[in-house]
Parts: sequence; structure tokens; C-alpha cells
Amino acid sequence: MLRKNSTRIVALGVLSALALTGCASNSGSGSSGSAAADCAPADGKVELSFTSWIPGIDKVVDLWNEKNPDIQVTVQTGPNGNGGTYKNFFNQLEAGNAPDLGQIEYDALPNFRVQDGLENIAACDGVLDSKDQFIDWTWNQVTFGEDDAVYAVPQDTGPMAMYYRKDLFEKAGIPVPTTWDEYQAAAEKIRAQGGYITNFPQNDVNWFAGLVWQAGGQWFSNSGDAWNVTLDSPESAKVADYWQGLIGDDLVSKVPAWTDEWNNAYNTGSDWTWISAVWGANSISTGAPDTSGNWAVAPMPQWNAGEKAAGNWGGSSTAVLKGSEHPYEATKFALWLNTDPEALTALNQEANLYPATKDGLTLPVLADGVPFYGDQAIYDVFAEASGEVNPDFTWGPTMTQTYADVADGFGGVLGGSGTLTEALKNGQEKTISALEAQSIPVAK
Amino acid sequence: MSATLSAPARKPDASGEPGASRSNRKPRAPREKLMSRSAAMIVMVVSCFYFLLPVWWLFVSSTKSREQFGSTNGFLLADFNLFQNIGNLFAYNDGIYLRWMLNSVLYAGAGALIGTVISAMAGYALAKYRFPGRELVFNVVLGGVLVPATALALPLFLIFSQVGATNTFWSVFLPSLVNPFGVYLARIYASASVPDELLEASRLDGSGEVRTFFTIARKLMTPALVTIFLFQFVAIWNNFFLPLIMLRDESLFPVTLGLYTWNSQVNQIPEIRTYVIIGAFVSIIPLIIAFLSLQRFWQSGLGSGSVK
Repeated sequence: MLRKNSTRIVALGVLSALALTGCASNSGSGSSGSAAADCAPADGKVELSFTSWIPGIDKVVDLWNEKNPDIQVTVQTGPNGNGGTYKNFFNQLEAGNAPDLGQIEYDALPNFRVQDGLENIAACDGVLDSKDQFIDWTWNQVTFGEDDAVYAVPQDTGPMAMYYRKDLFEKAGIPVPTTWDEYQAAAEKIRAQGGYITNFPQNDVNWFAGLVWQAGGQWFSNSGDAWNVTLDSPESAKVADYWQGLIGDDLVSKVPAWTDEWNNAYNTGSDWTWISAVWGANSISTGAPDTSGNWAVAPMPQWNAGEKAAGNWGGSSTAVLKGSEHPYEATKFALWLNTDPEALTALNQEANLYPATKDGLTLPVLADGVPFYGDQAIYDVFAEASGEVNPDFTWGPTMTQTYADVADGFGGVLGGSGTLTEALKNGQEKTISALEAQSIPVAK
Repeated sequence: MSATLSAPARKPDASGEPGASRSNRKPRAPREKLMSRSAAMIVMVVSCFYFLLPVWWLFVSSTKSREQFGSTNGFLLADFNLFQNIGNLFAYNDGIYLRWMLNSVLYAGAGALIGTVISAMAGYALAKYRFPGRELVFNVVLGGVLVPATALALPLFLIFSQVGATNTFWSVFLPSLVNPFGVYLARIYASASVPDELLEASRLDGSGEVRTFFTIARKLMTPALVTIFLFQFVAIWNNFFLPLIMLRDESLFPVTLGLYTWNSQVNQIPEIRTYVIIGAFVSIIPLIIAFLSLQRFWQSGLGSGSVK
């Protein structure tokens, strides 16, 4: 009982630090508030470790190591975050041998913040000044809205748009939808021809979150002393009802995403569009090679005609993990990695990352037409979408669990039982119990 | 396991045609025999099919080019690109895959070899020497059989962290040497197949205890040792959780962890999918070789047991 209370107090302390300024928490070596005094350069040569699962990132880091003989960075790798690297970070934080720097996706950052796994690098050289370089919404992801606090450097983003089969739409004489109403009308016409307008994925709950994000919805918010869980917010319900209608009328296919079946549906032209993030461009071109030259990209359909709202799916940050002995140098490297044009170009070429800086969106490497998309300069569409992403979206501290529970419900819907709204309500209840089980306060 | 243990008591050719000798005595048996045999055959064929189907799929998929992989039937051959695919796999990312294979062979081969020696010596000692606390030690080892290796991975990580040895070759290799089931098997087998009289005789001839173990007991225990070796080899080869927790340096990964890491990057770099599949196919080949080349030791062990 005593133990439970004390963890609760720690959790409360950390949580209030989330909204107020750095309030000292009593676990770990340092306290979040004293980072300002700590962030000074070290004497002599510094060696840093950096864990990231981005393929080919070692080549980008080599560029840095050549130019900075006094700050040498070693790349460590592992499976993607939820595949094991996050769990490893927590184990390593516990054992006191976490790497200096780690890749963390935006939706996992709150978990690390609540568990006090991140260094506050706000006092480090150049961090606060770099704010204006980054796309607005990404900055809120790494500061959690706290004053004088920055817990990571934004790395990449996944602004969403609509990939569609230009040739099929033209041949069928269907106008390219610009609103969700038109999208549904197009879906009916496409179904009449035997195709599906798109696929509803059971497990990509963060994709669905991107749609809610576009609709102006929120799944989580933090009032300073408690979390609000709003998976069933009106905006969320609006998106759910819309897709429930498409599923109910058999206007979308239901194959599991990222499978051969799914690739095949796009490759054979049975699925016509995909609302997806910028990095999806590569997924289509490799999954549906036979359709090369027939695709195009348009902005996401809108809830109200004339608007330009966009959602975001994915993206990650480079965080300085708690206990790093060299936050100054680690921060310097993280800022270079995610703002330097040479680094951003290399990240894009090696791993298809889409920058999180405003200047990065106009990199020469992103300006050219892409042959797979009929030589359309598709990244212009995403650059515009990037500026239209609602800056205030907040992720919760237990996203892995939330995703799993909502995906269970979505699976039921695709199998014919329940509704998407019920799945979200159920996910909401499960999330609240999960938060309470971790002694994280929840507003009722 | 019981099959291997009870096998030495039975003559190898006795299991060949048990129905044939019975049918000579009972004239009405053939019909029954035919039915039971065909039923048995059906069960065998179905389960054989069931177990081999995924391997066949893996083989077929490994021979296809990336374009054909998605667009052709998964169980039917298309253009045969196996060797080209393997070449690409070995070249990708400076040949990191070969490094992983080498690591796996080292972890599993050396680990199973040393682990088998340790298990054999411990099991032999528990079977053949009387000392206080013998049963207690054996019971503790038996208890160890019940603890899944996965449950020990995190405590091991924390222990290795304290001595600063995580992310090293030893952090995966040393824990792999321990095999309580091997000790159990070696003890049971040693007490059944190594006669005390033989040990007495060698002692009278002036052979030391260690020499007796390595020259006499080892030979008598060969079938059990091969079994222990194979089991441990497969267990280390397939061990995934411990390397996942311990290792961060890509050049230390065993092939299981490497493939898993690649597989988790498929959304980012879809081309990797091909490498995951071919890599999975290539990674089962050493296991097949290990089984096929070591199974004859089982037979020779059976033979030498029956002659005695």
C-alpha cells in the first residue's frame, strides 16, 4: 500500500511537470528542472551512443563523425520501437546504461515523459532558438506544451494526402473527390464497377487517429493534474460513423494491411485510392509495381468544401535519454541530424524520411517529379499538407495498449459485429483502466 | 524423448514390420491391418503435408523476384531467381547477413558443444558419484527445467549491466551454456547405460576419473549427448529474446534477431521484405544440415547399445 502510494506521488509529480514547469521528480539521478545548469560542453573528446532502427542511418552519422572528430557517435540498432526497442530503452534506463540518444516516435514520447526517461534539453545551446525551424505541430509534440522544456528534437513527419489511380478515375469519368461526401459518392460508383475505393485496415489505428486529427479531434489532453481521454469525442465519432457507413455498405475492402493480399489489391487495380502518409509513396511503388505511372497524389478529402485540413500518420524524434553524461554534445548532434540540409537529404535518400523542418520541405531532393506518379511533383502536395496539420494533437502515455484495444474492436467490426464507435468507446474504457493501473491520474 | 531413452532396449530391426509377423499367426488380420495401416498413413501424410507446407512456401517465395512475389501464387514456382536473390541478400548492407549467420553458428555451435560437455559431466557426476546433497542438487536442476529461459532474460540483463557486459558476445554466449534439461537427460542416460562394473574395471586398471569419463562414459553416452547437443543447438539458434534484450550492436546479432529487425523495417523500406524471406530460408539450412548429419550417431548409438 505504501509502495503504491509513493509511486502514485511520483507519477503525479511527473505529470504536473508535464504541464507546469520542471518540477523535480525523485526518481533517477538528475531532476528534470536542473537540466539548465547541467547542459555545458565537456572537456576533450566525447563519445556518444545513438540507438535508431532507421535503415542506413549509420551512413548519415558517418557524415557527422567525419566533420566532428571531438564528438564521435556510434550507431546502435534494433527492431522498430514497438517491436522491442522501447522496451529495451526502459530496461536500459532502469539498469542505468541507456544510450545517450534514442529514436522515439511522437506517439511514444508521452510514455517516456511520464516514466521520466527523457532529459530536458531546453537549456542546451541552440535548442530554444531552433523552435522556428520546425513545423509547428512537431514542436508541441516534443515540449508537451511545457514552458522552458524541450524533451526531444523532431526528426520526421508523415503528413497525409490521397494517393489515387489517376488513370482509372479518368477512364470511369469519376471526378477526383475533394470532400468526404464526394469520396463516398465516388466509392459507390467504383463499387458498381467492381472495385473498392480503398481498404479499411484493422491494425493501423494510428492511421485512423490521423483521420481524427484531420477532423480536428483529440484523443488525449492533459489539464496539468490529470489526463483526459476522449477517444469518443464528437469529431472522433464523426470519423467513425463515416467509415462505419462505408464498411456497412461494402464500399471498402477489408484485407489486413501490409500483407501480400493487400499489395495485390493495389497491384491489380481492385483498390483505387489510399489515404496515407508521405512515406506511403514507397509502399505503393514497391507493393504495386505493375501500376507504375498510373498514380497521382491529391490533398485529403475535406469535411467542409474549401478547407485544407490535413492529418499526420507517423514520424519520430531524436531524444536525449535520461542519464546521458553529455547532453550538450548529444543535443548538438540531434540538432544537426534533423536540421542540416545535408543530413536531411541523406536521411531522405537512405530511409525515405520526410523532414520535420520548414526548410527541409523544399530540399532539392523533394522537388522533382516522381516517375511512379506520372512525374507529378508529389512532395509539393505533402509540403502543403504539412502546414495544415493541427498543431495541438496530443498522444497519451499508453498508446501501445490503446492501439491494441481499438484494433481488437476494429477487427470485430470488419468481422461483422459491433461498430467503430463502440470499438473506440471500449478502447477509451480500457485506456482509462490502463492509466489507472499505472497510477496515472485520469480526469473523470 | 522417451523414444530415445527406451530405444537401446529394443533391437533396431524389430520396429521394422511388426504387422508382418503378426499376420502370419492370424489369418484374419490383413483386413484390419490394411485399415489401420492406411489410417496411419493418412495421418502421417496429412501431418507431413502440414509441417512441410510452410517450408515449401518459403522455398518457392525465395526463388521469386520482388515483382513476382506479390503477383503470383505463393505455392507455385515462377521464374527461378533463387541464386540471384541469395547473391543480393549476401551483398545487402555490406554483407551483414553473412555476419549474422556466422554469429548464429558461433553462438549455437560453440554454445551447444560446451554446454553439452557441461551437461554430460554434471549428469554423469550426479548419476555415478555418491555425495551429500546429491539429490538436492538434482532437484534444483530439475526445478531449473521448469523456469522458461524467457523469464530469465531480464534478470540476466540487469546482472550483466552491473558488470558492464551487456552488448557483448559473452552476454548471449554465457547464458546459452546452461541447460538444466541436458543435465537431467545425461543423468538418466548415464545411470542406465554406463555400468558401474565398467567404471570399477577402469579404476582398477589405473585410469583417472576424468579419463574414464572422456574415454569410456562419453562413448556409452553418445546417443544422449547427440540429443542434448541437437536440442541445445536448436534452442540457442532459435533463442530470440535474450539477444533482443542484450544486444544493440548490429554486428553481434544472431540471424533470428537480424531478420526480426529487418522485418520491423518493412513499412519504411519495403524492399527489405524480399531479404527477410530469403534470409529466413537460408537460415534454416544449417539446422537441416545439423539434423541430417547427426542423426546417424543416434543409430550407431543404438547399435553399440544392443551389442553390449
